[in-house]
Amino acid sequence: MKIYDKKLAYPYFVWMVLFTVVPLFIVVYYAMTDAEGNFTLNNLTSISGYGSVFARSLLLALIATVICLIIAFPVGYFLSRLRVNKQHIMLMLVMLPMWMNFLLRTYAWMGLLSVNGPVNTLLGFIGLGPYTMLNTSGAVVLGMVYNYVPYMILPLYTSMTKIDQSLVEAAQDLGANTTKTLVRVLIPMSVPGISTGITMVFVPAVSTFVISRMLGGGSNLLIGDLIEMQFLGNSYNLNVGSAMSLVLMIIVLLCMSFTSSFDEDEMEGVS
Amino acid sequence: MKTKHLRLMQRVYIILFFCFMYLPIAYMIVFSFNQSKGYSLFTGFTFKWYRSLFTNASILHALWVSVEVAVLSAIIATVLGTAASLGIASMSRKSRLLVTNITYIPVVNPEIITGISLMLLFVAYQRFAAQSAWLPDNIMGLPTLLIAHIAFNVPYVIFNVSPKLKQLDIKLYEAALDLGCDPRQAFFKVILPEISPAILSAFLICLTYSIDDFMISYFNCGTVETLPIAIYSMTRKKVSPEIYALSTIMFVVILSVILVSNAMESRSYRKDQKTLREEGA
Repeated sequence: MKIYDKKLAYPYFVWMVLFTVVPLFIVVYYAMTDAEGNFTLNNLTSISGYGSVFARSLLLALIATVICLIIAFPVGYFLSRLRVNKQHIMLMLVMLPMWMNFLLRTYAWMGLLSVNGPVNTLLGFIGLGPYTMLNTSGAVVLGMVYNYVPYMILPLYTSMTKIDQSLVEAAQDLGANTTKTLVRVLIPMSVPGISTGITMVFVPAVSTFVISRMLGGGSNLLIGDLIEMQFLGNSYNLNVGSAMSLVLMIIVLLCMSFTSSFDEDEMEGVS
Repeated sequence: MKTKHLRLMQRVYIILFFCFMYLPIAYMIVFSFNQSKGYSLFTGFTFKWYRSLFTNASILHALWVSVEVAVLSAIIATVLGTAASLGIASMSRKSRLLVTNITYIPVVNPEIITGISLMLLFVAYQRFAAQSAWLPDNIMGLPTLLIAHIAFNVPYVIFNVSPKLKQLDIKLYEAALDLGCDPRQAFFKVILPEISPAILSAFLICLTYSIDDFMISYFNCGTVETLPIAIYSMTRKKVSPEIYALSTIMFVVILSVILVSNAMESRSYRKDQKTLREEGA
């Protein structure tokens, strides 16, 4: 369709180059130079000293992604089997907490999980605890799961609405039990949703610094915390921070190429 | 018998799931009315946190900054993005693919990367500007905040408006030209009304993203505080029920907006159904 003028997009091109492309090159430039602007690989090699933090980030984000998938799969299926007008209401109930600022929601978990907070009080009634839940890696995973599980539900729901109920019934008629129907019919047919959901949960989870700082205390640093400290924190060093960001970007790219290798229909269910 | 069992389990599971999702919100609402600052015991009902919230000058100012940045950035992003979509639609397939892929970068990149990469750009600019006499060298604050918000909003406008342009029937535009419109008139009378719902929804998406954004603002705000940043600095101190009061107000506002818009939607839906039935009869 050539009815408009190409020139209409030129302001955006300038914008895109200035504020999307150039900043990324600056990150690469800073990562490869020292404070005086001389070429060096020291920033990148110095990251190996933070190997445990990177490993922890990857591990916690991975655990959170798996838990999100396990929680979200039945919810997505349930939503997709409802009548259409009910689907809208239920979907809105899933989305509603996301409309609240995530800092506020995470802050509420700080209160809930504290040593003399409501969760421990409840456990106390049945003779358990009190447990130290706040400032543990478990709390960080919980925060990730809580904040990002809707990102898993939405794409799963979108791809599951396309599964015809008669396919499920046919599988059952032909003698498949629940497990078999799940493994042979439902899971294969929701692969596009699963792979989109994994990216949409894993990417923010691996790069967060707010959740780890609020729920993990000082002892559960993640990549995000490291980067934040290099840019705005105590260990101000833009070059090392850029190198870390570069590594994080590579991790995210690897993750996305991994999940998109499962389906060509990427970015489904976004927005 | 077995399906009944399964259905019950499904119900229980969904209820448990929603309990999990709404537990923090319920907790905040209850404890925003609590007398004492503790987090486990409810010691009495009070409105004092709401009162102190509304006299908290830094929160009110931050709210104002948030609204200002959101409205301005949403307007600019919508105009820029809509013009870009129109231009992109008339490009060759190859260059369209390239532009679309670059536009995806801010959407798929972790927010922290978008945030720090823009911050580095502004830092580099400030170093450069400090040497020249006429460039303003202290831009960290509202200008950078605005640029950052536009930068992460424009892609959403493009990805909202472009599909709508693709669906557009070119024949309508040609018919308008045949009937004597010049291209400008044809655009404003035929194309713009067709894509305006997409433009409006893009604008609303920009508003909500901008009001809600913390990560990208955090690195590019200088000393200016938006509401999420004010909330963040409040959470760094010890527990204050004022935050709970703020959350409660936000929740009530959001809930009522959603309920009203849903009621309007279902009313127009029913109206449509009714006219359909009447036409059929």
